[in-house]
Amino acid sequence: MKELVIVSGKGGTGKTSITAALAVLTSNAILADCDVDAPNLHLLLAPEIKSSEEFVEAKVAVIDSELCRSCGVCETTCKFDAIAPDFRVDPIMCEGCGVCYISCPYNAIAMRERLSGYIYTSETKYGPMAHALLLAGESNSGKLVTRVRELASKLALQNNKDLIIIDGPPGIACAAISAITGTSAGLVVTEPTVAAIHDLERVLKLFEHFRIPVMVLINKADLNHKKTLEIMKYCTQNGIPIVGKLIYDTIMYKAVVSGRPIVEYAPSNSLSNNLEEIWKKIEQQLDTHNED
Amino acid sequence: MKIAIASGKGGTGKTSLAVNLALSLSGLVQVLDCDADEPNVHTLLPLNEETVEPVYTLVPEFDQGKCAQSKECAKFCPNHAIFAGKNGVSFFPELCIGCGGCILTCPNQAIKEGQRKLGVIHSGRTKEGVHVVYGELDVGEPLVVPVIKAVKERASMVNGTNVIIDCPPGVSCPMVESVHGSDYAILVTEPTPFGLHDLRLAIDTIRQLEIPIGVIVNRAGIGDQQVYSYCSSEQLPILLEIPHSRRIAELFSEGIPFVTQLTEWKSKLEDVFHTIQERIC
Repeated sequence: MKELVIVSGKGGTGKTSITAALAVLTSNAILADCDVDAPNLHLLLAPEIKSSEEFVEAKVAVIDSELCRSCGVCETTCKFDAIAPDFRVDPIMCEGCGVCYISCPYNAIAMRERLSGYIYTSETKYGPMAHALLLAGESNSGKLVTRVRELASKLALQNNKDLIIIDGPPGIACAAISAITGTSAGLVVTEPTVAAIHDLERVLKLFEHFRIPVMVLINKADLNHKKTLEIMKYCTQNGIPIVGKLIYDTIMYKAVVSGRPIVEYAPSNSLSNNLEEIWKKIEQQLDTHNED
Repeated sequence: MKIAIASGKGGTGKTSLAVNLALSLSGLVQVLDCDADEPNVHTLLPLNEETVEPVYTLVPEFDQGKCAQSKECAKFCPNHAIFAGKNGVSFFPELCIGCGGCILTCPNQAIKEGQRKLGVIHSGRTKEGVHVVYGELDVGEPLVVPVIKAVKERASMVNGTNVIIDCPPGVSCPMVESVHGSDYAILVTEPTPFGLHDLRLAIDTIRQLEIPIGVIVNRAGIGDQQVYSYCSSEQLPILLEIPHSRRIAELFSEGIPFVTQLTEWKSKLEDVFHTIQERIC
């Protein structure tokens, strides 16, 4: 089984629009939305939720005000500034580590389970989909990403599919690392802007760090030809394949408003044709790495 | 005044707004770039005389000689970063959240506080006199929140300084840590179903922090009207609309803040700032 993860470093480069287009073009994959903080893939693939489960991974400290003597030990030992001056736990800051619980001399603190989100098994026109929602202010997005990927692997086995396409989160920290580690290959969607190039270099280093093969797609390539050339030069020098370029066309936004992947919304548009070519190149890359 | 600029969805224009707002204000201005995964403020505002300092997190340091194999540390560790086996303990630093619980639970004082580097903090001034501080997480390092805290600790204490915080995308701990303690939050969105969906999530999160919120619609005209209906039903003020403009996108691609070329935007951004001042005072 192969896992292709789509990331970008910088947000808003077009990860989700491109993932949705690939979902249509493969029509034989399991889809996973691992941007659990701000998931958007469902807005293009219209999944029908078949089942959902609660994501209860973390704990939260609760102080019993009747037992609390305001001694301040919890406030001193908490490394996360989660104890408010009135000796209440701020659940948003609490990491659920339990240090206050073990250090309270009056046994006034209990650790309770917290519901941090939901994990969904869904069906779309293009194949089964695993996705999730992290509740407002909750942490542990890295663990939720791992759970979504586990669900996607299970769905792949059940449905006899050999490819999982993962829409990844922006950034390079915990959630991005959880989305990337152990995948077969990464596709980095970038754009020719100073900021995106800065972020591209960091996300490519992350793939290098985890020794995962990676390829690059340049979105909005005509926005700045000089910067596009800069990206191409950088990738060539570092032996990173470029699977294609897409032009900057506001039809991408129209497709999002219509709630459909671009290749369905505008099948004869040049962007859709380019995406078909790009998908062929990605498949070739995936096959190459499979042979290694 | 401290203003956080957040969004939920990435790429809506947070950094661009933070930088252009900073360049539109008179007086003392500081920009804190809390997107330590992928800091971008300095790509638009190059720094002179930059200082760089490391950021560390707490990790346990084990004295295997003192260890009596009680395994208390491993039993406590909330993130399973410690494994206690026959030949003493193994420690997996990338899983450690730095809570210090292992140190407290060890009955033999065999663990003391150590340090692990997570990234660096850059600090400097731009040619316009804006003080910029940004965090830069080491590549491969998952733990970003302590780096964000370190950036925020460098917030200016000088009276009258306006601090603008460029937040990371998303709605989980890095965004919450960045926005926490601000006087006001500006949410930048785009008028598309993606923008609206993530705006709602961001608002649910920031409301828990009890920080007043205003919305800026970027790339106005590119999508539909739903962001506007949502803001009106939630009584969220729309502070400004920035129209979809290829020119603005091209300037951004070159790393040029748009107010330096399209100078009429300076007064519009200054007006946004005054509106916020009136709302929170």
